[in-house]
Amino acid sequence: MEMRKGLRRLTAVLSLITMAILMTGCSDKVIVLNPKGAIGKQQLDLMIISTALCLVVIVPVLILTFYIVWKYRHQPDRKAKYDPNWEHSTKLETIWWSIPIVIIVILAAITVKYTYLLEPSKPLEHEAKPLVIQVTSLDWKWLFQYPEQGIATVNYIQFPANVPIRFELTSDAPMNSFWIPQLGGQIYTMSGMAMKLNLIADEPGSYLGMGANFSGREFGKMQFTAEATSQEQFDAWVQGIKGSSPALTKEGYEQLAIPGVSEVESFSSIPAGLFQQIVTKYGGHNHGSGSGEGATEHHHGSDSGEADATDKAPAMDMNMDMGDGASMNHEGHMNHE
Amino acid sequence: MLDKIKDFASEFFVTGDPLIYGADVSIGLTIIAVVSALTFFKKWNWLWKEWLTTVDHKKIGIMYVIASLLMLFRGGVDALLMRTQLAIPDSEFLSPEHYNQIFTTHGVIMILFMAMPLMFGLFNLVIPLQIGARDVAYPFLNSLSFWLFFFGAMLFNMSFVIGGSPDAGWLAYPPLSELSHSPGVGQDFYIWGIQISGIGSLMTGINFIVTILKMRAPGMKLMKMPMFTWSVLSSCLTIILAFPILTVTLALLFIDRYLGAHFFTLDGGGNPMMYINLIWMWGHPEVYIVVLPAFGIFSEIVATFSKKRLFGYKSMVFALMSISAFSFFTWAHHFFTMGSGASVNAFFALTTMIIAIPTGVKVFNWLFTMFRGQITFQTPMLWTIGFIPCFVVGGMTGVLLSVAPADFQFHNSYFLIAHFHQVLIGGVAFGYFAGLYYWWPKVFGFKLNEKIGKWAFWTWNIGFYVCFMPQYILGLMGMTRRVSSYGWDKGWWELNLVSTIGGFLMGIGFLFQVWQILHSIKFMERDTTGDPWGGRTLEWSIPSPAPVYNFATLPHADEKDPWWEEKLRLAAGGTPKPQPSLEPIHMPKNSGIPFVMSSFFFVAGFGFVFDWLWLAIPGLIGVAACMLVHSFRYKTDYYIPVDEIKRTEAAARRVV
Repeated sequence: MEMRKGLRRLTAVLSLITMAILMTGCSDKVIVLNPKGAIGKQQLDLMIISTALCLVVIVPVLILTFYIVWKYRHQPDRKAKYDPNWEHSTKLETIWWSIPIVIIVILAAITVKYTYLLEPSKPLEHEAKPLVIQVTSLDWKWLFQYPEQGIATVNYIQFPANVPIRFELTSDAPMNSFWIPQLGGQIYTMSGMAMKLNLIADEPGSYLGMGANFSGREFGKMQFTAEATSQEQFDAWVQGIKGSSPALTKEGYEQLAIPGVSEVESFSSIPAGLFQQIVTKYGGHNHGSGSGEGATEHHHGSDSGEADATDKAPAMDMNMDMGDGASMNHEGHMNHE
Repeated sequence: MLDKIKDFASEFFVTGDPLIYGADVSIGLTIIAVVSALTFFKKWNWLWKEWLTTVDHKKIGIMYVIASLLMLFRGGVDALLMRTQLAIPDSEFLSPEHYNQIFTTHGVIMILFMAMPLMFGLFNLVIPLQIGARDVAYPFLNSLSFWLFFFGAMLFNMSFVIGGSPDAGWLAYPPLSELSHSPGVGQDFYIWGIQISGIGSLMTGINFIVTILKMRAPGMKLMKMPMFTWSVLSSCLTIILAFPILTVTLALLFIDRYLGAHFFTLDGGGNPMMYINLIWMWGHPEVYIVVLPAFGIFSEIVATFSKKRLFGYKSMVFALMSISAFSFFTWAHHFFTMGSGASVNAFFALTTMIIAIPTGVKVFNWLFTMFRGQITFQTPMLWTIGFIPCFVVGGMTGVLLSVAPADFQFHNSYFLIAHFHQVLIGGVAFGYFAGLYYWWPKVFGFKLNEKIGKWAFWTWNIGFYVCFMPQYILGLMGMTRRVSSYGWDKGWWELNLVSTIGGFLMGIGFLFQVWQILHSIKFMERDTTGDPWGGRTLEWSIPSPAPVYNFATLPHADEKDPWWEEKLRLAAGGTPKPQPSLEPIHMPKNSGIPFVMSSFFFVAGFGFVFDWLWLAIPGLIGVAACMLVHSFRYKTDYYIPVDEIKRTEAAARRVV
């Protein structure tokens, strides 16, 4: 009796939860499931594939659990068999060692494939030249520099949709993490190194940006808006800032770096080599892809393609097909296995 | 002079928050109440002789359990304060500083001062009885381990009212935890509290490995050990390999802070990434350290309450050991987003997924232990059955997190929070609760009230799902962990409110458990059989509570479930095995040194926290003196005469 009541209660709760998930799942608020960029979309594909693969095992296990617990419960004159010494079956155990092994092998193959495909420092394949945005996490605000445009913003970025964005990221404060969920996954911002993250927005829109890694008192305020617009709107926005905003000086940066929260700000110019100086002031490790030099070169206005050369090399070694790297479909992966 | 004292006091004591003044008052009142009660009832001598100096594993186990339940209360209050703050947007219930302290202490306390000691408590209460031993291998060391844990925990908790709590997260990533960003003493309380109790953990690991390897009953080959004993062995092996990493890492952090070194600083060639790697090289095995014994507990319970042998014994052993080994090769999955490159991420994604295989096999084996069994639903079994679906789903979200490129979207979000609470509550907490309910009658001689226990079970379970299922969705909505407030515009508040309600439901579940214990102490009948559940292993063959020497004569264990087989033999009309005649029993003597030595550790730790060498150095000298005194103690044992054994056994209604 006790058990039956319990089961009923549990079923009620579970169905309520499922309904809640379905209802909220439909809304736009679940932004990770509603990506607006190629990277985020592929990451969503991956989430769906891995969830489906897991459910192949999980659902039968859950059903089996309820079935066994129900069928073999102790009750007077029950019909189900009682076999107290049955403790081993090579056949059965082989089956349930192999089921998870098979699932994990499939999942592992897909994961490895996507890990190289979606490596955040890998430039996106796209006809448009990437826009560079240099990101610095400060206590407790985000500074964004546009080396090619010569402007800077705080807690707000704008960029054209359908143009790859190449984020170069560092920190002049405890480490944080730069995350625009609708465009794609996050990457840490750490002092003394320049990380890279390549994202793209497929359509114009205003996206939530988060500082995802705890970095002290006002860390919760490190949120920003990432706005994707048309190229024309973006150009107009840059011109507007150049025309009306104050310049960012060295002293201005020192002021900005003082711990505290900040409103949205914009600057019409940036001190030469500021990003590079922030990276190297801690002794400047050249992390992974050696983007330190890259940052300097951008600032001097040279072609960013050159700076990318070092990044591309490891990707080429993996024999990735760069031609359709960004648009690979699931079938492509399956064939590979 | 007065001004100086005032200045000092305002720095020394945490001030300015009504919550903390409330805590000050209640701590003061509790201390006064305890001291006066002990004095009034003339119990000081009893306290010293029976508890503070005891080397009896059963009493040490009880002290571990009491301490960890107190810590569960403290960590739970932390959790409810956080949930209250997050229930509505733009809440000003807690300031960001206060919120940061609370999530830091919640994490540290729940893992290091709740889960670990509760686990050690169960080791102590069960292992010697289960393997047919009279104590652990090193009883003195065992007592020292407990008191080191206890004083370490006290030192850490003290930061709440003196000096200020740590607020850099439960793993204290530098540079946030370095002097440059955390100049206060909170971080030093963190370092010394964990260091002192960590030494105790390491010694417990060594102690139980030796106990299990050297002190099993005759006939109990390794492959005949009960599954809980196997799980403790695998957990302890993991402890002795993982805890030194923690000790060294925190020592380096201390040297950074105290002597101005640059191991993990941003300048001077230091590298915070090294700390993050090191702390997770301990931190990941740590979660397996706490979950493996829970697997062992479930294995015991599932067999007992299905009245059936554990299915797939060899698979289970292999699974435990391979999980323990693989746990050391997965640490980098905690920071896929640190930019280590695709090859590193791919490697750690694979090692993480591989752990899912033996874990999945264990679930199948539990299910097929129940298959063709006779399942009864007493509270230990209820927690076990509640565990399976919860852990299976938690394990699945774990596999999702291990998919490195997808983790870029899950990391640092509430999806991650929901996942690890699901495996730590659904796996570890449910497991230890099940173990407590199961072995409670063995320890105290009476069962806990089943009816209140069922209320506790259902409120905990429903509360769990109501609290954490919405957090998965919140994570997918972009809510990151550790934010102390959020705006109305985010659309997060409905689910946060639901989650808070679930949190309080679990709090009510805890209150049910407290009520259950108090009610049972007063009203439950004593168990005279020593075997209230129909147990299978040796601990159920002796009276409850076990006599001080555990076994009057050392048992033989020729089968896997020796007590079950013995009962079957007797029921079939067989004669009991011939008992060897009684002999005087060799036992360890009590010692006050562990308590005193740990107090000196506490003094030294406190001195280092405040940079008072005049206090720290005498503390360390005291520690050394205790070691010296102990080395010259030659009479560390005694014999229990045969007469006394006879009297004790007769009193326990087992005439020998």
